[in-house]
Amino acid sequence: MNNSVQPLLEVSNLSKHFGAIRALDDFSMRINPGEVVALAGDNGAGKTTLIKTISGVFRPTAGEIKLKGQPVDFQTPQEARDKGIETIYQDLALADNLTIGANIFLGREPMKKAFGFLPVLDRKKMADAARDTMALLDFHVSRLEAPVSNFSGGQRQAVAIGRAVYWDAQILIMDEPTAALGVPEQRKVIQLIHQLKAQGRGIIFISHNLQDIFAVSDRIIVLRRGVTAGERKISETTHDEVVKLMVGG
Amino acid sequence: MTSVSTPSGTASHKAPQADHAAQTKSLLQRIADLRAWLFLAALIAVFEIWARASFGGTFILNSFNVQSIAIFAVAPLLLATGQTFVIISGGIDLSLGFIMGLAAVVSAHTINALTPTLGLEFGVLGGFLVGVLVAGVPGIINGLLVSRLKVPPFIGTLGMFGVARGVAFLLAGGTTVPVSNSFFAAIGNGRFYGIPYIVIIAAIFVVIMHYLLSQTRFGQHNYAIGANVQAARRAGIDIKSHLLKLYILSAACAGLGGVLYSARFNAGAAQAGEPLLLDCVAAVVIGGASLFGGSGTIFGTVAGALVIAVIQYGLVFVNVEPFWQFISVGVVIIISVLIDQAQRRFSGGRQDE
Repeated sequence: MNNSVQPLLEVSNLSKHFGAIRALDDFSMRINPGEVVALAGDNGAGKTTLIKTISGVFRPTAGEIKLKGQPVDFQTPQEARDKGIETIYQDLALADNLTIGANIFLGREPMKKAFGFLPVLDRKKMADAARDTMALLDFHVSRLEAPVSNFSGGQRQAVAIGRAVYWDAQILIMDEPTAALGVPEQRKVIQLIHQLKAQGRGIIFISHNLQDIFAVSDRIIVLRRGVTAGERKISETTHDEVVKLMVGG
Repeated sequence: MTSVSTPSGTASHKAPQADHAAQTKSLLQRIADLRAWLFLAALIAVFEIWARASFGGTFILNSFNVQSIAIFAVAPLLLATGQTFVIISGGIDLSLGFIMGLAAVVSAHTINALTPTLGLEFGVLGGFLVGVLVAGVPGIINGLLVSRLKVPPFIGTLGMFGVARGVAFLLAGGTTVPVSNSFFAAIGNGRFYGIPYIVIIAAIFVVIMHYLLSQTRFGQHNYAIGANVQAARRAGIDIKSHLLKLYILSAACAGLGGVLYSARFNAGAAQAGEPLLLDCVAAVVIGGASLFGGSGTIFGTVAGALVIAVIQYGLVFVNVEPFWQFISVGVVIIISVLIDQAQRRFSGGRQDE
């Protein structure tokens, strides 16, 4: 690991217990700018607990999270988001009936004054931001007035990612971003992740698909029953080794 | 191409074009979006022809008829305006009819009580305020039930339907409450250049509600919640507080409807909104909203309310037995939903419901 650069995110000795159940125990990891770290593990291994703890949904039982060297303690997911940690869910957290722009700005819509006094939604700003953000991700959409239900699965995933990018998320947590997609669309999302990486963002990539993991990640951390079963550089490991770590062979 | 949209359409209701949509399809969709207004035009034409054929009179060119239809449409439109917000959010408010009755009775009592001390005008003002505020109480309870206690809106507001009905009848002593205030009667029956005051009040109110739905964050969040509550919550929208405000708003719409009813008849009646209970849901559905939530406009609801008013008034005008009103309104509701389904298939977008 390269210890000379300031890591974007540093998690030290993180534990999350639910009563007697140790969902996550003494877990540590770091993510450098422009790095994709894959999280793998069987169901119940603690992946979801980990990302929910990082993104402010759960509060850790013990341990520390540092963002660019600063210790943070999120009370709500909103605080984590304000600090630049954005989670992209597999089931596409989009409002299907709204435009790309409205989805990017959902919950923080820009307003302007009509006739100099009446506050109204600034749809032009939303549409402009949608066009620019999607272009940044190399998706060129012209139909900015169309609801996102009219777009394909890959395009919709791009909208979800675009929202994170627009709000300048430094850490993107992607929970099975390719699970709901067809093969060509999966490729497109993998391309997107490469682009985010090139922009210097840190990505936590959760997937059951080893092929995807090997296609985009720099490192892989395998969880088993709440503890780290192993951490490998992708360039120095194989599918077989990862599977062995996952099942505990 | 992305000029600021006119107030007549929210972004979500710009005729949607699917990836593969040809121009003809988008034209069809545009027609489907305006179906309530087309329905209305067709209905008016039918009644006009009918009136000329059967007794050589005119239906729509008669200003008395137009005024009557407008007055007739005021109460269902006000209820339907509130209902539009609730249905877009994916809920339904069944208590609106009796909240209207409650407000009618309360405003009648309040005006009678206040007029001797405050005078005619301030008595009426007090009646308006107290009527709408009291209507907000069942709205608060509905909102708390739905948002905090996770009671399904259908059941929660059905319970409130009974409670509001009982309270309204108790307050009215089981009868109607006559109002003795000439200013109130003037508001209810007076005209400004031929336009009834209550129609003007309702129109102004509906324009404000249109603004609220199409141009503000509250309206935008309402559409988002109706389409995907989870997404809205993850985007940081406070769902609980939104739903609470939503049910208070719909109850206040019904409250205004109740006060205007009292003004029109110069008396408050607990059963004022009873027949409007389902009419207001029908107006919203005819106006193009989906009961699954996420779509609908105030503009469409206005047409929906007018369609119902024209059917009911028109059938009486051409001297058809009143029972045909039920049949006609029912048929129009079913046709509206069928068109809605067909439109969804045309638009090619995925529909999760």
